[in-house]
Amino acid sequence: MADREERRFAEVSRESVKLVAEGAGVELGDDVAALLAEDVCYRLREATQSSSQFMRHAKRRKLTVEDFNRALRWSNVEAICGYGAQDALPFRSVKEGELFFIEDRDINLVELALATNIPKGCAETMVRVNVSYLDGKGNLEPQGTVPTAVQSLSDDLLKYYQQITRAILGEDPHLMKVALLDLQSNSKIAALLPYFVYVISGVKSVSHDLEQLNRLLHMVKSLVQNPYLYLGSYVRSLVSSVMYCILEPLAASINPLNDHWTLRDYAALLLSHIFWTHGDLVSGLYHQILLSLQKVLSDPVRPLCSHYGAVVGLHALGWKAVERVLFPHLPAYWANLQAVLDDYSVSNAQVKADGHKVYGAILVAVERLLKMKALSQPVEGGSSGQPATVVGAMGYRVSSPCLSPPPEPLSEAALGIASHLQAGGAGCPWEEWTPVPLPAMYCELYSFFGDSLAVRFSTGPDFGSFPTCTPSQLRDARKEAPGPTSNPDTTRKMPQLTANLNISPRQDGSPRTDPPPPSLAVTGAGRALARSSSSSSSSSMQRSRSSSSRSGQRSAGLSRDVFPKARFTSPQIGPPAFTFIIGGRQMGRRCQGRRPFQTTFAPTPPHSAIPPRAYAHKLPVIGRVGKPVRRWACSHYSLHLPL
Amino acid sequence: MAAVQGGLVDAVEKKDIKTEPSEDSGGNNNANDGRLLSPPPGSSASAPGGNKPPAGAPEDQQTLLAVLQFLRKNNLAESVEILRREAGLPEDALDLKAGDSAGAGSGGAGGTVDLEGEDASSLLSRVTVSSSAAAQAPTKVTPSEDQPDVNVVLSAYSQQGDPALYGVYYSGLKRFIESVLDCHRAELSQVFYPLFVHMYLELVYNNHENEAKVFFEKFSGDQECYYEDDLRVLSSLTKKEHMRGNETLLDFRTSKFVLRISRDSYQLLKRHLQERQNNQIWNIIQEHLYIDIFDGMPRSKSQIDAMSGSLAGEAKREANKAKVYYGLLKEPEIELPLDDEDEEAENEEGKPKKKKPKKDSMGSKSKKQDPNAPSQTRIPLPELKDSDKLDKIMYMKEATKRIRLGPDNLPSICFYSFLNAYQGLTAVDFTDDSSLIAGGFADSTVRVWSVTPKKLRKVKSAADLNLIDKESDDVLERIMDEKTASESKILYGHSGPVYGISFSPDRNYLLTCSEDGTIRLWSLQTFTCLVGYKGHNYPVWDTQFSPHGYYFISGGHDRVARLWATDHYQPLRMFSGHLADITSTRFHPNSNYVVTGSSDRTIRLWDVLTGNCVRIFTGHKGPIHALAFSPNGKFLASGATDGRVLLWDIGHGLMIGELKGHTDTIYSLKFSRDGEILASGSMDNTVRLWDATKAFDDLETDDFTAATGHIHLQDNSQELLLGTYMSKSTPVIHLHFTRRNLLLAAGAYNP
Repeated sequence: MADREERRFAEVSRESVKLVAEGAGVELGDDVAALLAEDVCYRLREATQSSSQFMRHAKRRKLTVEDFNRALRWSNVEAICGYGAQDALPFRSVKEGELFFIEDRDINLVELALATNIPKGCAETMVRVNVSYLDGKGNLEPQGTVPTAVQSLSDDLLKYYQQITRAILGEDPHLMKVALLDLQSNSKIAALLPYFVYVISGVKSVSHDLEQLNRLLHMVKSLVQNPYLYLGSYVRSLVSSVMYCILEPLAASINPLNDHWTLRDYAALLLSHIFWTHGDLVSGLYHQILLSLQKVLSDPVRPLCSHYGAVVGLHALGWKAVERVLFPHLPAYWANLQAVLDDYSVSNAQVKADGHKVYGAILVAVERLLKMKALSQPVEGGSSGQPATVVGAMGYRVSSPCLSPPPEPLSEAALGIASHLQAGGAGCPWEEWTPVPLPAMYCELYSFFGDSLAVRFSTGPDFGSFPTCTPSQLRDARKEAPGPTSNPDTTRKMPQLTANLNISPRQDGSPRTDPPPPSLAVTGAGRALARSSSSSSSSSMQRSRSSSSRSGQRSAGLSRDVFPKARFTSPQIGPPAFTFIIGGRQMGRRCQGRRPFQTTFAPTPPHSAIPPRAYAHKLPVIGRVGKPVRRWACSHYSLHLPL
Repeated sequence: MAAVQGGLVDAVEKKDIKTEPSEDSGGNNNANDGRLLSPPPGSSASAPGGNKPPAGAPEDQQTLLAVLQFLRKNNLAESVEILRREAGLPEDALDLKAGDSAGAGSGGAGGTVDLEGEDASSLLSRVTVSSSAAAQAPTKVTPSEDQPDVNVVLSAYSQQGDPALYGVYYSGLKRFIESVLDCHRAELSQVFYPLFVHMYLELVYNNHENEAKVFFEKFSGDQECYYEDDLRVLSSLTKKEHMRGNETLLDFRTSKFVLRISRDSYQLLKRHLQERQNNQIWNIIQEHLYIDIFDGMPRSKSQIDAMSGSLAGEAKREANKAKVYYGLLKEPEIELPLDDEDEEAENEEGKPKKKKPKKDSMGSKSKKQDPNAPSQTRIPLPELKDSDKLDKIMYMKEATKRIRLGPDNLPSICFYSFLNAYQGLTAVDFTDDSSLIAGGFADSTVRVWSVTPKKLRKVKSAADLNLIDKESDDVLERIMDEKTASESKILYGHSGPVYGISFSPDRNYLLTCSEDGTIRLWSLQTFTCLVGYKGHNYPVWDTQFSPHGYYFISGGHDRVARLWATDHYQPLRMFSGHLADITSTRFHPNSNYVVTGSSDRTIRLWDVLTGNCVRIFTGHKGPIHALAFSPNGKFLASGATDGRVLLWDIGHGLMIGELKGHTDTIYSLKFSRDGEILASGSMDNTVRLWDATKAFDDLETDDFTAATGHIHLQDNSQELLLGTYMSKSTPVIHLHFTRRNLLLAAGAYNP
């Protein structure tokens, strides 16, 4: 105990005493210095002791320089001046002289005196009352909501706030840029944060105006990037605003001329940015985001643009999120998507175009998932002989989440020698959910995407051996995976998905033994699909094992034959054909097609040919379909300003 | 203001008459108090109480001489004279020269020691004389000039033993105590800490620095954890020179450490020490320890732990034997005009009434005198003015709408957050009717806010006042200057952080105390400072108005609590006895007692009339920052830095409960208006509500406890805790129940 206490004491060595004495021009003997040092220590402790009393009575936890000075004053010692700064002083050492000192910058008094931006000082002290606990029961106001008047604003701040919001929401792009830049670097706007957050939460009232939403998102970005702002619990509010932009079936998205896709992409990027930089401020944020994305994804009534947002959001949150949420949902979702894609009717063209958008997004997300998973898998030479049955049973835990780096060009070695057979999927820290091993995952995904996956995944010759299914089998699998529900009658009417599972076509001779669970109801469809997909994945795995000897046989021609997109394309509509072209192009240079789809997909607006409003009624959820899409001339008026 | 004056002056005159005789008894009683601290009865008869000649124990006389010398050195000739006369020392005991005593500024108040002296030292010296703790107070006041006294104090340590053997002695005793029967071990273990400290100090005093260090390192780990703070101070003390002016040390030397040990255990210890011829330890026990022996069963470890922890051991049992009139004063008979709103109070009876008695409950209040209550005129109280009566009626009306609280019906809580209080909020108070809130800040300002729509207005200037029609009915409205109406006012005057703040019950005055050593009285009519009370020469930590107004109590770093009246610029009483800073002060609801909490970890209850310390409560393990009387005056709740709330029965002088739950210093405590709920607010950003009814009911039945004074607390904090309420990073520094039992909490938002 004595030792422990001792360490908490101020210690002044005799060398220090000597140095100080030298500085004062006195030569001290060793014994004198030692005595002095000891006494100095004692006095120092004494002063600290009595200064703590001032701290306690000021009802603080932090001992300040002022407390210490008071203690000194009461023991008739002169106070120490010049250390009143709030922030910690950097303590430097000089190696040669074993000297320690506090860095003391020169302050240019002239500059200081003539400075025009004199801080106004903080707002007036005030008392605010709120009923915290009614009848000792609960909070009227949930914890962590935005307090409405934490600060009363000084005139300057108010003016600043008005100018900034006007500039950002106004018409002048240059002004906006300046405002955003300032917002990003201004160190004195902490008091305004609640107001800005409030403005941003106004996104919900401007769902018709993409430009406005975009500006608000930029505002979020600036706030998030401002190093002087502590966002605290406002993160939650910001995230919900961004999520709105990602997921909501915006009124603006009815008009295919409006590029709401870019907005969603941007918002998703922003979401991931907020999450990675400020996610630690709010506990459970990640889970909440995942949950809401999952909810949207699993809701078949939502329009496709919402689904797109969910997929992009998951993609932005990293491959783990994709693996955790999107992948399990894929079989269920696939059926819906396919139903859309399979509908060639003219009235469906718009929806179908959206469907392709979602398809592309899923493809990109899944690709990265596979890549990252493969990367995170430990390389185990000669593991090819390992029985595949252990594949799912054991899992290697990856210590680091391995989320951040963008997919490197895959080294051939990493995926090299039959790595798909290696035991152990990429471990994932989620307890309640068991990871699917990579090969199984690949097989399942392959069953959905066919060669477009394999190609974009940059398999190369080595990897070519990976999906050992024969093209015909692949086709079977392809058909089979959505099979149970994708019989034409049911899939066409996506919202009323009443799957009659008993009559699902099973034309393949795969060694699948377990029959798909006979679930009937609409609500049960998703689950049933999930289960049947798992069975199909296992069956494809078995197939892949059984046919492993025929690796490397795949020929381009066959793949093309297999390439299922052809079925979706209808000659008279542009966009689907476009997808096909991508596939073809990538087939041509197979090893390079691993960049995100935006490079190939996005720049070409696929729906330009389609008359805008003709298919609006196809979007099931948006209730305001009938409303004509208007652009607001002076749209910042639509934002309710909180002042 | 003028209206106030009349009543007060009247009361003061009465008061003066009253105090004349009581002054002597005050001195006497202080002496008695002192005797309690002095060596076991018999040898301590020498304490110079009253006009008795001293018994003449030579060392006492020596002490007196030292004191006289000190006083003379400080040119306090008058005090010297008085002391000499009171002690019965011959004139030539010291060749007194009559220094110029005019500077003392005495009003020449006859035969008694004049309180007008105002010089803290002279007053303190009076106290010092009467207690045998000779050097304590003067040392405190002038720590740098007290060489003779300190030497007297310290010389007790000059006895020489073989320094190397200290450790052997100590571990020998330790072995012995560890080998005794279990039932005695806990009691005898109490000896360790004081012995350890005294042995260490002896080593240090005799310049055995290394031995002292070894001794400390070897045995400090054995001490109870709640002495950790003291041990830290002790361990930094390694030189004889350091001992001078070290408060902790002086406390140890000047006050005997009190231990309560059963007779059996004591005999055991005594026999052991005598057998072993262990004189070193025996001497220390004889000289520095006071062992309070009782007959009966030895106490258990938990019983001992509950009571120990203070700087000077437990309170002696005799210390808590005095009768305390804890009952409430009789309510003034004001007829309550239930239907008629604007009817005036009819009561015209002449006897003094109170403005704000906290009553048990409206209905059950009988008009006959409570047997435990002091007589109505024990302390002269100001008469009720018309406005007070009106206020009283308002109070009663509000009280009829009061919500009956209980475990199933918890109060709503409103939180008053101080925003942008970057300068540091240090104290908060509400008026009783919850219409005003005042905050003291570390930047020396005091701010008052109106929390009702009614704005704060100043009285017009004298010139403007001349113009108004004094006969008009609404003259009280007319004197107000509408131009000055605002939501808040700032009061400037202090030159240091404002640590204590208190509204007068009639809402006309505000009292603040500060680090600058002054207490200031502010008018809430003119929003100016009326008086600065100077008397504490060190920071004043807390102050509070009496529930009946007029009087107030203050306490601070100089360890002396002072009782003041608003129209006297000097204190009426000085309560001395704490061994460290007085950190909080509170008035009893009947205004006859004050309670002080200190950083010596004791609570003392003082009789305002006699100046006696009538209760000493030990058991806290840290400085006490919050005190609250129950509305019926029977119980006291105290909160300390250790995060515990302790409940005390004032009548029996017993600890009756311990409420554990807070994780940081408790800065505020308040009982609900009917006393069913105790609310505690803490630095840990929570308000907790406790079932006070249950806590008090459980204990009141136990007769044995009352008889022996040995409490046995069951740990039922969790049952008593009714709720924990978080604030948003806002430490709770004040709590207040409105007249309808809505709980108001206040603190500074601390992002």
